[in-house]
Order: sequence, then C-alpha cells, then structure tokens
Amino acid sequence: MYFGLSEEQQSLQDNIKKYLEDNASLDTIKEVAGGDSAKAENIHRGLVELGISGLMVPEQYGGLELDMLFASVVSGALGSGTAPVPFAGAYVMAPIALSLGGSESQKETWLPKIAGGEAIIGIGISEYVGAREDAAITFSDNTISGRCLFVIDAKNADAYILANKAGELYIIDAKDKGISVTELVTVDKTRPSIELNLDKVVAELLPGSEKNQEVINKVLDAGRLMLSADSVGAAQIMLDKAVAYSLERKQFGRVIGSFQAVKHMCAEMAAELEPCHSMIWYAAHCYDHDPSQARLMACHTKAHVSEVGKQISKTSTEVHGGMGFTDELGLHYWFKRIGLNRQLLGSPELVREEAARIQNFDQSPAEGQGNKEVGNPLLV
Amino acid sequence: MDLEYGPEYNEFREEVRSFVKDNEGVNLIGESLRSTARVEWQQTLIDNGYFARSTPKEYGGFGGDIDILKTRIIAEEFAKSSIPKPLGGQGIQMLVPTLLELGTEEQKQAYVKPTLRGEIIWCQGYSEPNSGSDLASLQTKGELDGDEWVINGQKIWTSTAKFAQMCFCLVRTEPDAPKHQGISYLLIPMDTPGIEIRPIKQMTGDADFNEVFFTDVRIPAANIVGKRGEGWKVANATLTHERGSLADPDVMQNRLYALIDLMKSETIDGERVIDKPVFRDRLLRVQGKVLAQQANALRLLSSSINKGQDTTMARFITKLIGTELRHELEGLAIDAMGEIGTLYEDSPHLRDSGSWQMSYMYFLGLIIGGGTNQIQKNIISERALGMPKEPKVQGV
Repeated sequence: MYFGLSEEQQSLQDNIKKYLEDNASLDTIKEVAGGDSAKAENIHRGLVELGISGLMVPEQYGGLELDMLFASVVSGALGSGTAPVPFAGAYVMAPIALSLGGSESQKETWLPKIAGGEAIIGIGISEYVGAREDAAITFSDNTISGRCLFVIDAKNADAYILANKAGELYIIDAKDKGISVTELVTVDKTRPSIELNLDKVVAELLPGSEKNQEVINKVLDAGRLMLSADSVGAAQIMLDKAVAYSLERKQFGRVIGSFQAVKHMCAEMAAELEPCHSMIWYAAHCYDHDPSQARLMACHTKAHVSEVGKQISKTSTEVHGGMGFTDELGLHYWFKRIGLNRQLLGSPELVREEAARIQNFDQSPAEGQGNKEVGNPLLV
Repeated sequence: MDLEYGPEYNEFREEVRSFVKDNEGVNLIGESLRSTARVEWQQTLIDNGYFARSTPKEYGGFGGDIDILKTRIIAEEFAKSSIPKPLGGQGIQMLVPTLLELGTEEQKQAYVKPTLRGEIIWCQGYSEPNSGSDLASLQTKGELDGDEWVINGQKIWTSTAKFAQMCFCLVRTEPDAPKHQGISYLLIPMDTPGIEIRPIKQMTGDADFNEVFFTDVRIPAANIVGKRGEGWKVANATLTHERGSLADPDVMQNRLYALIDLMKSETIDGERVIDKPVFRDRLLRVQGKVLAQQANALRLLSSSINKGQDTTMARFITKLIGTELRHELEGLAIDAMGEIGTLYEDSPHLRDSGSWQMSYMYFLGLIIGGGTNQIQKNIISERALGMPKEPKVQGV
C-alpha cells in the first residue's frame, strides 16, 4: 500500500516547475499578460518538449498513455507557475473525448497531432455544465449553429470539440467560414477565454457520445480535476510566498511573521490546503481505478478545492499587506488564476448539486439508508 | 499509488471477519470497568492478536510484529460490527507506549500487562489551574524525602480520575532549573492518602473531568519514568499521539452517514430537509471536507508504512481541522432539526438519544482540550512552516 506520488510523477512535476522557473519568470508572465503572445508560445513549445501534449494520448497514436495522476501533477505544476499555456482542454479533455468517443478515423486524424504538439483542440462544454445567457448549440444536417461561451484552450485552436445540452460531442474544424471567434477578457490574463458564434458550421459527431453521457462525464471529470490541481498548485505558491514575505517584512522592530495574528493566518491556510493535495491524488486514482467513486470525488474535489483556494488567495494577499495589492509584486496572477478555475466547468454550488444528484439525494426513497449504496470512498 | 493491501492482508481480513462474526453475541453493556467479563474479553482480544498486537509477550501483549495495515484492518472490521471494542483511554494510548519506550524493567513488569488487561485504569495529571496552554509552567511540587516523593499541588481537567487506580503525573521537582527542565514524570497510586478528587460538571451536563488535589502525598522514589527533570521530554513522546486520536476520520464518516439519514427523515412542512437547497448545500460542503480529511488520513497511513514519505504538515493539522469539522458537522444536524434540535436528556421527541447536541458541545471541548486550536496554529506555524516564536514579554 502506497498513497502518494511515484518517483516518475515527482520528477515530472519537478521538471516542469524548474522549466517554468527558468523560462516563465514573473516578468515574462507580465509581458504575456500585456499581449506578447510570442513569449507564451515559446513557453508552450518548451513544455511540449517535456511531454505535456502526449500525456493522455494512447501509445498506439504516438502518446505516452499516462494516467490521471500524472496529468494532475502536471496541472499542479502549471498552476504554481501560472503557465500561460493550453493544457486542461487541449491536452487532457480533448484526447480523452476522442479516445472514448471518437471514431477510428477521428482518432487517427487528431490524436497523433495532439501528441506531437501539432494540434490544439479547444473544448466548449459549458452549455452541458450550465448554460448562461442564451448560449446553446443545435445540430442538424451535419452542421452546428449557435453560440458557445468560455471555450477552454480555444485561442489559435485547430479544431473545437463542443457539447450540446444532452452531452453529445461534436468536432468542428477551426477554419470553417461559419465560425466567428470573440476573445473574452477575463481577470486571468494567463489563459485566454473564447466565445464562438457558429452559423451552419460543418460538424462531425463523436459517435461514442451519441445518447451516452458517459463520455462527456469522463471528459468533464478530467477537466474538473485539472482545474482543481491547477488551483492547489497556485494556492501552495500563494501560501509559500506569504510565509516568505512575513519572514522578511519588519514592523514594530520585528518580522511580521513573529506576530500570532500573522502566524495564525498562515497556519489556517496550511491546514486547509494540505489535505487538498491528498484529495486530488485520491480523486485522480479513483478516476482510473474506481468508477463507483470517480464522479463523486471529481465533483467534491472541484468544489472543496475552489473554496479553499478562494480563502487562501484572499488571506495570502492580506499577509502581504499593501504590497499584495500591487501589480509589481504580481501576486494577483495566482489570485486570478484561482478565481477563473473556480468558475470554469461549474462553480462550487453547482458542482455540489451534481454531487448530491450522483448520490441520489434528490430521490425520495432510501430513507434510513444514508448514502451507503455509494459506499465509503476512502475505506479501501 | 497503490491502494491494495495485498493477498496476505486479504487473508488476514477474512480471519478478523470470522472472529468478529463468531463473537457478535458478546455483550458488555452494563459491565463496569475492571469487571471479570471485561478483563476476560480484553485477554481474548490479546490472545488472538487483535489488541496489543505488537506489545511483547513478556509484558502481556500478543508479541507480533508491528504491522500497521493489520492494525488498520482490525479497526475497520471491528468498527463495522457491534462487537465490544478493545479498551482505550489514556493509560493504554499514552502511558503504555511511554513505559515501553522509557520505563524501567520493573515498571514495565508492574504496569503494562494489567493496564492492557483493563485491571488498572489510569488518569493523566498534566493541566493545572494556572498551567493550561502554557503547560510547562506547572507548579505542583515534588520533593524527595528519603526514599519517597512528597507531592503537593493541584491538577485539573483530569478525566477518569474517579475510576483510576493510578495517575501519570507531571510534577515540578527541580524548582531552580529552567521551566522545561524542572519537571519529572511520576506514577502515583490514586489510593495514596492525601489525594482528593472533585468532579467538574461541564456544559453537556456530565462530569467527565475532575480536579485532583495533592496534600503531602507520599509515593516511592522509584515511581519516576526517565530521570529527574526529564518529564517534559517523556510526556512529549506521547502527546502527539493523543492529538491524532481526537478526530478519527472513520468515525467522522459514520457521523456523516447518520447526518444524511437524519436530513432524509426530518421534514419541514412535509418536505424533507435534504430537499431544501440551502440545507443540502451545507451538507455537501461538510461532505467535501470529510472526504479531504479522509484522503489526508490515507496519506498518513501510507507514511507510517513507507519510510521517507514526509507528512509533517499532514500530521500537525489533523487535530485543528478534525475537531473543527466534527463541531461543524454536529451543529449542522442541530440546524437541520430546528427547535427539535435543542431537545436534550430524556425529552419527548428527542432524536438519536440527544447525541447531536452532546457531540456538538463535546467537540467544542475538544477544540479547547489536547492543546487548544490556537496552540495548534502556533505549532503548525512554528514547527511546520518555520515561523518564529512570539517574543517573550516580561512581567505583563
């Protein structure tokens, strides 16, 4: 019995963190946020060299065929470096959607390109998760029309995979004339958000997803785990920075980290954050090895980590005092990263409702049963 | 990541299951502490290796290897059944490990076996009225007079003092040494003349704690564990153990199931409480926190069998987070019941024997006890995050 990261997982995480420290300093992130997309692409290329694009692609299509724990580890490292690169959508959700739902020819067309870092596929499934405004797509005569909000990893994409309300997945070519792309400006300048307006765009169904929500749910669970890991990576940096700052900054003749008011803020952050690492590892393990718990754990992890991340991003900023509020210190990049992750693919309230449905809390019988039919996810 | 225990352990689990099944009829309800039936049951558990598993045979244990997974399997299987659980308490959890590590041969021979069998109940004499969070400032005095310690002073928050035959006690024996170096760890028979016990009635209505007064209490000089002035070190060998045991995530899981049951059966205007979105969301929030704690516990279990896994932080936070979470969970049940949630003792319409209010208050006690949660935050920030101690302020 071993609960934790393997040596390979640990070293992959270390390599990515090291790469980002060397190549994506805060100054570089600031330049990317200011619009220097060439710098972002350089970082992206370097990470593709380290293997992030092929993680989830099956070996027969040229990928590494690693598991969700590897992907979580990478996502955590990207969050800690506020890496301005595609990942959750293009390199995790897209290959999973194609592997589980795609036809043989769709897999052959796209998976080798994803693995080689030659294709970016944006993911638009927010209508399935919870449609905002009137954003919806309809499929007829092999075309899609409508509107998609907050398509993930969609900037400069080669194709998009989109879901309708029923959770059926379609792939469209980004060069289709019927697509108009609008960049949405969010607080997080490290990862672009995209709106697509579609007018009779030629679309192919991913056949495995037809009248079958299992495919989209696997895609969604994976996406939620990636966003959770990203937030925990970012929150850990915010805690580390708060502690380090408190040991440098002096007031009243001593470092502020010697005052209990400050120490207790840091202790509270640490106490909330530490179990989140284990929670992600466990949820990632369930994703691959325990289907009965996978969905519940993915929902709970997304919700819980989002709550903890929000609290830490606030508290860390407070520990930094006025400096925490400045662009110069740049703490806000992590704050905003956590802020976007919290809302993408379902805010905590929405995801908890899903966790309740998964456990059949909304059905009237089962009185006196508790949720024992779901079992204890952590009693192995 | 490998959450399988392995075939050897599956076999062991089957063994435990069949023992549990064979003994489900054993009922000790109503049997007092130290009764023959209880002592015999303890001995049966020891003989089968389900209690005191790794304690050497010569001291009354089973004499097996230390195997944390087997210990875990035993706990899991016992938890699923109504079979009487092995005796716990501060003697077994704190004193026995301390004696095994630091006691003299005579002390081990005299105390370990009868403690494991439940023939000697212990109480812990640590806190004093003026030494709570600052425990090392304790003032109960011990002076050597010939071959006897003479003890004078007062302890407080001493649980089980009313039933205990023995007390493991921190006493200031070196008044001129710095405060942490002036304490000794003494073993005091509770029937020694000069000991007076006064119960403290607490907010739950029970009296689980006591004040213990020592007036010229004389015990043999040999009743010291470790050397003179080493008591603080001796005590700290087991304090961390107590903190870990205050908020068991498996118990928390059982309480969560009970809470879900409650919210499915309680109704407001005929609608189940669990169908009301605000209540349901609070329930799900608590469930998420419980799952996070269980994952943390799994990591701790792993680190205890895989050397080199660093879980310093994961260990330091369990008391703080676990006690706060239990208090929140119990409090949610009370809110789910509304006015009915305030019923207590033997009131009509009482739910679950009043256990929600009882635990809600009891866990507030545990947030304070075992090192207050504010002290826990000092420990986390100083020992796990490397932040400095608050400077001493003189004479305030």
